[in-house]
Amino acid sequence: MNQLLLVVTIAGERVALPAAAVESVVELDTLIPVPRAAPHVAGLSALRSRVLTVIDCMCSLELGATDCPDGIREAAVVELDGHHYALIVDQVEDVVEALSEPTPIRAAMGEGWERVCQGMIETETGPLLLVDIAALVAGSDIKAAA
Amino acid sequence: MDDLIADFVAECRDMLEALGGEIVAWEAQPDDRARLDSIFRFVHTVKGNCGFFDFPRLEALSHAAEDSLADVRAGRRHADGALVSAVLAVIDRIAEMVAAIEAGEEFPAGDDSALIAALAPGADHAAPAVAAVAEGQKSAAAPRTIRLSVELLDRVMSTVSDMVLARNELARRLRESSTDVPIDGAFERLSSIIAEMRDAITRTRMQRIENLFVALPRMVRDLSAELGKQVLVDIEGGDVELDREMIEMIRDPLTHILRNAIDHGIETPAERLKAGKREIGILAVSARQSGNQILIDIQDDGRGIDGKKLLAKALDVGLLERDEAAKLSPREQLMLIFEAGLSTAKEVTSISGRGVGMDVVRSNVERIGGVVEVDSTVGCGTRMTLRVPLTLTIIPALTVSIGNQHFAIPRSAIEEIVRANGESVTLEHLGGAGVATIRGRRVPEVSLADILGLESDVAEEDRTLIVLRPAGGDVYALAVDRIHDHEELVVKPAAPAVMNTGLYAGTTLADDGSPILLFDPAGLAEVGGVRLEAQERAARIAEGPVAAAATATPVLLFRGLDGGRRALRLAVVDRIEEVPAEAVREAAGQLRVQLGETILPLAGASAVQLGDRVRLFRLNDGAHELGYAFAEVVDFAAIEGEIIHSDREGEVSGVSLVGGEPAEIVDAHWLFARHVGSSARGSEQLVCRLPDDDSWMQNILRPIVEAAGYRVVGGDEEGEADLVIASQGDDVAEIAAKRTIWLRTEPDAAGKKDESIYRYDRAGLLMALKTASVGRGK
Repeated sequence: MNQLLLVVTIAGERVALPAAAVESVVELDTLIPVPRAAPHVAGLSALRSRVLTVIDCMCSLELGATDCPDGIREAAVVELDGHHYALIVDQVEDVVEALSEPTPIRAAMGEGWERVCQGMIETETGPLLLVDIAALVAGSDIKAAA
Repeated sequence: MDDLIADFVAECRDMLEALGGEIVAWEAQPDDRARLDSIFRFVHTVKGNCGFFDFPRLEALSHAAEDSLADVRAGRRHADGALVSAVLAVIDRIAEMVAAIEAGEEFPAGDDSALIAALAPGADHAAPAVAAVAEGQKSAAAPRTIRLSVELLDRVMSTVSDMVLARNELARRLRESSTDVPIDGAFERLSSIIAEMRDAITRTRMQRIENLFVALPRMVRDLSAELGKQVLVDIEGGDVELDREMIEMIRDPLTHILRNAIDHGIETPAERLKAGKREIGILAVSARQSGNQILIDIQDDGRGIDGKKLLAKALDVGLLERDEAAKLSPREQLMLIFEAGLSTAKEVTSISGRGVGMDVVRSNVERIGGVVEVDSTVGCGTRMTLRVPLTLTIIPALTVSIGNQHFAIPRSAIEEIVRANGESVTLEHLGGAGVATIRGRRVPEVSLADILGLESDVAEEDRTLIVLRPAGGDVYALAVDRIHDHEELVVKPAAPAVMNTGLYAGTTLADDGSPILLFDPAGLAEVGGVRLEAQERAARIAEGPVAAAATATPVLLFRGLDGGRRALRLAVVDRIEEVPAEAVREAAGQLRVQLGETILPLAGASAVQLGDRVRLFRLNDGAHELGYAFAEVVDFAAIEGEIIHSDREGEVSGVSLVGGEPAEIVDAHWLFARHVGSSARGSEQLVCRLPDDDSWMQNILRPIVEAAGYRVVGGDEEGEADLVIASQGDDVAEIAAKRTIWLRTEPDAAGKKDESIYRYDRAGLLMALKTASVGRGK
């Protein structure tokens, strides 16, 4: 059961996304804002005539907005319930092999991280936080709705 | 082996679908050899395949059915109700098993021996006789088809969209570089091929509504048998095509309406006989296309819906206030059936009334942009009409912008577009709320920039107002910075995070490949704080009470292209459009203008030089449309003075004082007669006087009278009328008229001396109209 993980940095922290869920890694240039949408919805973008809903991961974790100095945003494209999303991250690093099943982290994390955390997973480069993509996409209003 | 099983399952499903209607039709005519054969073929195929795949239960079932049917084929046995029911039960069980095989599950538990025993001759399984006729249920060979996955189709569709985008890009590049005629020619050819391909691929998403209807005879048969009723289904219009997704969306509402009709509408045979009806109830289901809508009618000849009972029930459960209830018209009373928590059924049966009410039907239909209407006469039956848009995915829309961001608004919700600084529009702010007055009508006004929280660089008075009427709601005006283009957009649902705003109906891609958000007009109103509920009930009904009739004729005062000050009756002006001058050209002997996809004759623009953009009125006489070009709208006014008629027939019928100055009155009738080219009528038109405070006469009778060649005038307009039509009992003062037709509301005459005509006696009415015109001719 060696799951592949995509290592990205969000808010300066190296975390792992399940690589199987990631369709591609792209660089977004144009972004059409969606007025009145939740703050973590950065906007819409088009990729090969598909509309991508762009999620700012830092915003989703309530850690502020991702900084994109040159207007180019690196993003991981995922599909969830038939919709395509682009998750803006600071940087996409590498694909690594998981060396363990995710285990719970018992220390206290930041509130945003707590929400998206699926556990700790061992890799060759040390333990990484495994992020739940659905929770990342849902953002902070998942609690408001409940 | 798995592939073979998949093929077997697919084949069975195809045959099962085709059989649905056949088997009921076979019951109606047990001697129909062709139908018997097709059913026999099905069980035979199943049996043959089962032996090969080792499905012993399936094999035993199909074998037993095959044996019985073989007996019928050989004439050893007669196909009676019991046998048909038994065969149906077997086929149902086979369908269940096939579904289980497909899903890779265990067979549903149960013993098949009872089913097999029921097939035996003389088995005690009396089923009530039910007949069904489905139109077009010929056992013709199915058209050649192949099976494709929906994903593949969607992929082709999106590839074609990409191709269109690439083509647009290429077009831009070609325009920039030097033009080479052969290259342009080749590019044009490529363009048209791509357009054609896009059309074709769009059509692959369409499906005949028959797929939905084919299951109905069977459902009706089972239901009516269960309820001990006799029902004949009559299906029409199965060849109407509808988007595949849409068919799925209307399946539940349609089923529910049918269940209701059989359960509550159609009486038991004994009751029907007592009421003087045929024992067999008739349930007619028909589909037809009307513009970009599909109309599905479900009509039964049952006991009808009693509006009074509904009203009483609504008062009971506190849905309405007593004084509110007293104001409801009969149609509004019937519409109560769609309110939550109302059911006139005395008891809840297993068929309907299980908590899923007509309110769910309505909300389901409205969710896909449709409307459901009801019409019923107590004792005679009920008609439900579903109106749904043709497709969910391609929506004609208007693109607008705020700042530099583009949005789209579905065209179906747009009533008209006016300029905020136009002559007939004033904007006011009352306690911070915007109110726009458009030609005397006050509508709430909201600014799109405010709703979206965006900066707008256009001053309030320079914006454009879009008057919107969301489905089932009341009108409001939306101020936008700029409007751009009418486009047919391929709309896809947006992600939940975007839909949660309540503002958007979906996303789409513009020609340059950038995403555009499509608004949901009802959501915009809600977020913008416009209250739609207050008048919602009245607005839902097309024939709401007509606003108090103005005594003076309202007209639209404008300046023609030649500078003439003219007036046009407001009622004939549908809306104002603005087109580039290229859209106007001489074709087929007269000037015509292209508006979107329609071409209308254009009046008012002869012998004048057109500017870059042409503004025109869109006139509508109920059946035809034409354009009338003008320079500017002066005001919304009323004809105050006498009309001095011109002595020559033409575009202008006379002159009158409007707003203190003379204005030429444009004769809309002459325009239509001339430009639409309807049958030329005598130069002296007959005049008919209709009371203008009677909305029935104005809305329902008037078209008939006009079609009979009369010019209709109001009750207190000047001039002699050839004919006066009045309701019986009305106090018509001595009006100069050569003839009067009295109408009564009751079908039966009051006595021998009563010469009035029943208002819906169309033949009698037309005869009277004709007689009056002949009298004039002499």
